[in-house]
Amino acid sequence: MAHLTQTPVLEPGQDRTMILNMGPQHPSTHGVLRLILEIDGETVVRMMPDIGYLHTGIEKTYEAKFYQQCVPLADRMDYLAPMINELGFCLAVEKLLGLEVPARAQWMRVLLSELTRLNSHLVWLGTHAMDIGALSMMLYCFREREDLLRLFEAVGGQRMFPSYIRVGGLAMEPPIGWLESVKKFADRFPEAVDEYEDLLTGNPIFRGRLMDVGHLSTADAIALGASGPTLRASGVDIDLRRDAPYSGYENFQFAVPISHRCDVWGRYEVRVQEMRESTKIIQQVLAGMPEGPIKADAPKIILPDREKMKTQMEALIYHFKIVTEGFTVPAGEVYMPIESPRGELGFYIVSDGTAKPYRVHVRTPSFANLQTLAKMCEGRLIADVVAAIGSIDIVLGDVDR
Amino acid sequence: MPTLPAITDLEQLKSRPELARLLSWNPEAVTAAKFDRDELSIYVDRQHVAEACSILRATPELRYDYLCDITCVDWYPSEPRFEAVIHLLSLQFKKRVRLKVRLSGDDARMPSLTPIWPAANFYEREVFDLFGVHFEGHPYMRRIMMPEGWEGHPLRKDYPVEGYR
Repeated sequence: MAHLTQTPVLEPGQDRTMILNMGPQHPSTHGVLRLILEIDGETVVRMMPDIGYLHTGIEKTYEAKFYQQCVPLADRMDYLAPMINELGFCLAVEKLLGLEVPARAQWMRVLLSELTRLNSHLVWLGTHAMDIGALSMMLYCFREREDLLRLFEAVGGQRMFPSYIRVGGLAMEPPIGWLESVKKFADRFPEAVDEYEDLLTGNPIFRGRLMDVGHLSTADAIALGASGPTLRASGVDIDLRRDAPYSGYENFQFAVPISHRCDVWGRYEVRVQEMRESTKIIQQVLAGMPEGPIKADAPKIILPDREKMKTQMEALIYHFKIVTEGFTVPAGEVYMPIESPRGELGFYIVSDGTAKPYRVHVRTPSFANLQTLAKMCEGRLIADVVAAIGSIDIVLGDVDR
Repeated sequence: MPTLPAITDLEQLKSRPELARLLSWNPEAVTAAKFDRDELSIYVDRQHVAEACSILRATPELRYDYLCDITCVDWYPSEPRFEAVIHLLSLQFKKRVRLKVRLSGDDARMPSLTPIWPAANFYEREVFDLFGVHFEGHPYMRRIMMPEGWEGHPLRKDYPVEGYR
């Protein structure tokens, strides 16, 4: 394993190589990522990522917040997949509480997760292709993403950080006609993916830039802790939605695309196929959406509806108590992994029995996937670094937290 | 779905293959165990943690070949103060186990897992940066999140969260 352990003492002034700083303000690093490259001409000899520019201490902030106040913070880590972060946090707290969520809320959560996955993959595809030189892809992808953001705005009131998934269910019923809008989108979306593939999959320049670039073998991907599409494109067949189903994913049929190519092209194929599979899940959810309540029946944990609060004494008392004191969570610890668009997103929450978490740690997929970057790039050209960064689809908010 | 009380009795948990394997290897390495909310935690002595990980990884019927996460919990002011938490996953059997190592406040150091999993690199740097736990044998034990030259370790419970520096 010695070849994977980084030896990052980079000293300039040797005869052949020089040090180049790529970032932190580099457009193709998708955020404030700084890469320290040791280069020999155009070839990368060694690379070390330098992170922390976006560290906001979210894990520390959690310790000072009531559980219900933590949900918006989860949004702000992986800002391209906010609902999936909310879902991870809420599932972990629900596991601590032993709280069961009604079927309709679970199905809605699956629906929102998959819409979020599409949203995230669209940003990935647009920016990745743009890095490679296919500038117009951004416009096509953001056209569909705009529809998704409108759906999020309609349901949660905000485009980027809806905070719509709450502990015990969802914030409120989706507005009338919202599910029909989702249906229209889902019917239309496969054609949009066809269009992306028409533009990219057969494009010889795009293929040339992606194929056999950023090689990451199966053994290296596992040893370096890669997850999600990065791991699946190295030939490992794991998807937590299928292998450790949460929130009712066991009710849906979908394929898990994997690729044995181990390169940037494999990751491209896997993610594009995932978009198609997500659309299938969305169609299944819409076809079988159960009726029923959208929140669990736990008045001490979940805020009452506005109408109840203004007409019933108990509801008013519960509302007052939850807002002022929070709700207590039994002491214990859980690790709740879910499948985010980037890989395994795990919330490790330690409770000491009070209304605030004692410790929250988030195992973010981007942080782990970033470690594979050096392996992909060393010995390759600088131009391939850009392709490799795009292929692991990092979000720096997710890396630094 | 009320949660069942946690099982902390080693005798009752012996049927768990992970624990049985570690106990058959070295009963002194395992200091305690807990089964709570469908999750198994094994407390391992810090001298043996690297070897315990290698064994869990190498045993063919367990195959914990994937390091999910390393983190830490600060139980200040009680002693031993730190609890390093290691999450392992078996890609083949899709099972998880959690190893915990108790570390005292004045001697917060444990062996690095980078020789077993290169993935441990960033996680251990993060724990070092935010908790001040030192990992022996790590190739590059430097701050990762906070700037170089930062004083203190922000996720410790006695780190001041208000006032002036």
